[in-house]
Amino acid sequence: MPKDSGIGASPKRREDVRFLTGTGNYTDDINIHGQAYAWFIRSDAAHGKINNIDASAAEAMDGVLKVFTSADFAEAGGMPCGWQVTDRHGEAMQEPKHPILAEGKVRHVGDPIAVVVADTPDLARDAAEAVEIDIEELEAVMDMKAAVADGATKVHDDLTSNLCYDWGFVEENREAVDEAIKSAAHVTTLELVNNRLVANPMEPRVAVGDYNRANDEHTLYTTSQNPHVIRLLMGAFVLGIPEHKLRVVAPDVGGGFGAKIFHYAEEAFVTFAAKALNRPVKWTCSRSEAFISDAHGRDHVTKIELAMDENHKFTAIRTDTYANMGAYLSTFAPSVPTWLHGTLMAGNYTTPLIYVNVKAVFTNTVPVDAYRGAGRPEATFQLERVIDKAARELDIDPVELRRINFIQPDQFPYDTPVAVSYDTGNYQATMDKALEISGYADFEARRAESEARGKLRGIGVAHYIEACGIAPSNLVGQLGARAGLYESATVRVNATGSISVFTGSHSHGQGHETTFAQVVAEMIGVDASQIDIVHGDTSKVPMGMGTYGSRSIAVGGSAMVRATEKIINKAKKIAAHLMEASEADIELKDGQFSVAGTDKSVAWGDVTLAAYVPHNYPLEEIEPGLEESAFYDPANFTYPSGAYICEVEVDPETGEVDMLGFTAADDFGNVINPMIVEGQVHGGLAQGIGQAMMENCVYDENGQLLSGSFMDYTMPRADDMPMMNVDHSCQTPCTHNPLGVKGCGEAGAIGSPPAVVNAVIDALHRAGNKVEHIDMPVSPARVWKAMHG
Amino acid sequence: MNNFEFVKPSTVEEASAALQSEGAQALGGGQTLLPTMKQRLASPETLVSLTGVEGMVGVSASDGTVTVGGTTTHAQVAAEAASAYPALAALAGQIGDPAVRNRGTIGGSLANNDPAACYPSAALGSGASISTNKRNIAADDYFQGMFETALEEDEIITSVSFPVPEAASYQKFLQPASRFALTGVFVAKFPGGVRVAVTGASNNGVFRWTEAEEALSKEFRADALMDLRINHLNMISDLHGSQEYRAHLVGVMTRRAVESAS
Repeated sequence: MPKDSGIGASPKRREDVRFLTGTGNYTDDINIHGQAYAWFIRSDAAHGKINNIDASAAEAMDGVLKVFTSADFAEAGGMPCGWQVTDRHGEAMQEPKHPILAEGKVRHVGDPIAVVVADTPDLARDAAEAVEIDIEELEAVMDMKAAVADGATKVHDDLTSNLCYDWGFVEENREAVDEAIKSAAHVTTLELVNNRLVANPMEPRVAVGDYNRANDEHTLYTTSQNPHVIRLLMGAFVLGIPEHKLRVVAPDVGGGFGAKIFHYAEEAFVTFAAKALNRPVKWTCSRSEAFISDAHGRDHVTKIELAMDENHKFTAIRTDTYANMGAYLSTFAPSVPTWLHGTLMAGNYTTPLIYVNVKAVFTNTVPVDAYRGAGRPEATFQLERVIDKAARELDIDPVELRRINFIQPDQFPYDTPVAVSYDTGNYQATMDKALEISGYADFEARRAESEARGKLRGIGVAHYIEACGIAPSNLVGQLGARAGLYESATVRVNATGSISVFTGSHSHGQGHETTFAQVVAEMIGVDASQIDIVHGDTSKVPMGMGTYGSRSIAVGGSAMVRATEKIINKAKKIAAHLMEASEADIELKDGQFSVAGTDKSVAWGDVTLAAYVPHNYPLEEIEPGLEESAFYDPANFTYPSGAYICEVEVDPETGEVDMLGFTAADDFGNVINPMIVEGQVHGGLAQGIGQAMMENCVYDENGQLLSGSFMDYTMPRADDMPMMNVDHSCQTPCTHNPLGVKGCGEAGAIGSPPAVVNAVIDALHRAGNKVEHIDMPVSPARVWKAMHG
Repeated sequence: MNNFEFVKPSTVEEASAALQSEGAQALGGGQTLLPTMKQRLASPETLVSLTGVEGMVGVSASDGTVTVGGTTTHAQVAAEAASAYPALAALAGQIGDPAVRNRGTIGGSLANNDPAACYPSAALGSGASISTNKRNIAADDYFQGMFETALEEDEIITSVSFPVPEAASYQKFLQPASRFALTGVFVAKFPGGVRVAVTGASNNGVFRWTEAEEALSKEFRADALMDLRINHLNMISDLHGSQEYRAHLVGVMTRRAVESAS
């Protein structure tokens, strides 16, 4: 019998009741009496010099409060970058100023130039059309390799070049890797592109700024994955507002996928303008605006070389990547192609020597930052693609080539040559499970059946590793992070026994309100309905680093467990007093405290009531009340892994790829709510399959965005998705967090792209068409072109 | 969206009169015009809604002709033309999504003449007659290039008459993002010959592939097209397909239309 509550059960998501009945409270639902509306005037040019801005006609219009330009922000700081990368020569990365509104130059289509604030949204937009802006267009810097050539036009005139950094990892291994590749029995080389993506959460970004003159307090309501991080960055670096005078609220948030981690200029603007105008100020992003103002994802151009000995054991990997930063450094942009990418290049394999070179480049495009997986999909894609190519060159089974190079179960903990140490895993087991579920052994019969219908059937395998549960603060500090990556929780038990948990993790679709309550319910033995999970408000939650990097249950959940343990310890002291027993003899089970070996017991509610009505209470030993906090800083990353298998049918006449089935066998360690985990994998797969087959953010050579709406940017739809067979029965629990959990949010987006492309290439090869690679998305036109040259 | 006046006349005459005012624009189902206005790419001063005009809605069939009123929605055509002209009904049922099909009208689609829209291929492929408040226009004369038609400013499509062929089929290859036709081909076999109309592919909008028509008129089999290649030079090239790819798809979709024609 599956459990119906607690850890391992799959109760329905409690938050879905309000989401599905239209009673959620999203940022755009927040309207404050007297609020004004902001309209951002954005650059149509990718690169240009601002000669003049004349807002006089707009400011004279009825209902217009003010037109803001960069001159209004002379006292403010720039948008901060939260991670400093040191390059391979020991130099700090080049870090350009990132103003709230463009100063002197515009650097990408969508770069904000001025903001109109008016009584209504329509008035603001009307007035925006009356603002005259004279821009002298400059050559757009688009191609990354050309951008770092001598004499290239510069995105930032005050930097020495368009190169943000030239990062080498592990730099000490560089020569040894070169030597190993030179002397290898076989080297497989692959050049590929990891396509630029737009996150497109269902809810576009919104920000509402409010200012209270009476006590000089600012409030920002915003669509954020991490309100405390926004409070810290905006308060300390941009506007100079101390934490106790700045409240940031991220209420219900309709999806983030990374794009809502970052601190955006619009947040700083509404906060600033609310005080300047003494009116609440609201900004609601349109979908069109999101395409040119939300940070984009991926956009790497890579060459990877895989060296092998005569026994097909991997001996070395060398990669060269150009990573697009866009026009400015978004909050965590420098970390993505470096520490979130280079450290994963070992994959699931025992390759002893690895060297990763990354050149991060400024271009006249929207800034690029973390997007579901962030660096790890880029690492996995190139590795799992080059392994597939190597297997074909060596004429051995791609599964077998992976198996002989897997880190074996008895090798854990395993120190990779790229700095990280995997605590647990069993890659043979996940591979076995995926092969079994997908019917891999019977593929040939299915292929023959497709062939009889004139279709080309292929099967693709990929195995991934990811580093989640980010991250040990002391480690990331050494790597350049300008923040700690712990998490906090406060557990407040009320007099009648109900519980409010305040967590720094933020839920924007992940189902924390359900999952987190299951954990506390299990630990204390009360019904989950007695537990509320509170998040997203800096005035309620002590501190929080937020939700990204599949860190919520592994880090935020661990903090909550620690705080709950403190609660239980104190409650046992109270129970011992009430039952006149020794604290060491008190047991807590199913919400009842009992004295071991006796029939004496008191209920949870009796103990909590005693804590707040301390008539019979050990006041000389412990304080009244029952509220505890904990901060948890992880000892290591967690390392989920899994085997993904994709089966496709290619229409040779049109190049159309029909995805017939997808199998995901993941090892997430222990699982709290299997239904939610499966949903997270489904969502990750949808985004990974979307990247592999459909999504593509494309600029022309002048920096105009060609895929600027859903008319040209192909978001995956429900009917694009195959049947997904999702399994998480292979479990090697994490060894260093209290729940033994690893995190599941990004896995699907990391493991699936190479499986899809491998399947398409497999289909073509089995039909005798020796296409070596097709860049994502493997659209019908691209597949057809690859087949017909 | 900028402010505008809204009128909803009940007769063709009133509608035509309203359209003669400066800055007036006819509104069918609004599936193209309203998003354009929201983006402020169009700012008509007056919208003249045609959906209240009497006698312009519905599907009727007689004497080998199916007539569709100008304000008939795609969903209505999909349902009501299914027995009289199945290929036309199938085409209407593939336009957009349910919301589009339940608002968008045949008159609106033909008046807009989007180069990737489905309906122009059915009208041209069937040799339809487009009736307005002023005249009847043969499809061969009506489509005049991308977003260009024979319509005058105050002319309103009141109905479209489709001669029902012996066999017909529409084959649509989706542009993956918009799900308009990346290339769509409408093939119709009449006693006097075969018509082949192609949408989505050409810079000139919908067109007839006359070489294919000649080959199929001699022999209505997909094999009859095997040696035919259409010139790619005037095809559309964009993110979703090159000129060569679209030219290739014209051939594939035409063959498939012949194979599935019924």
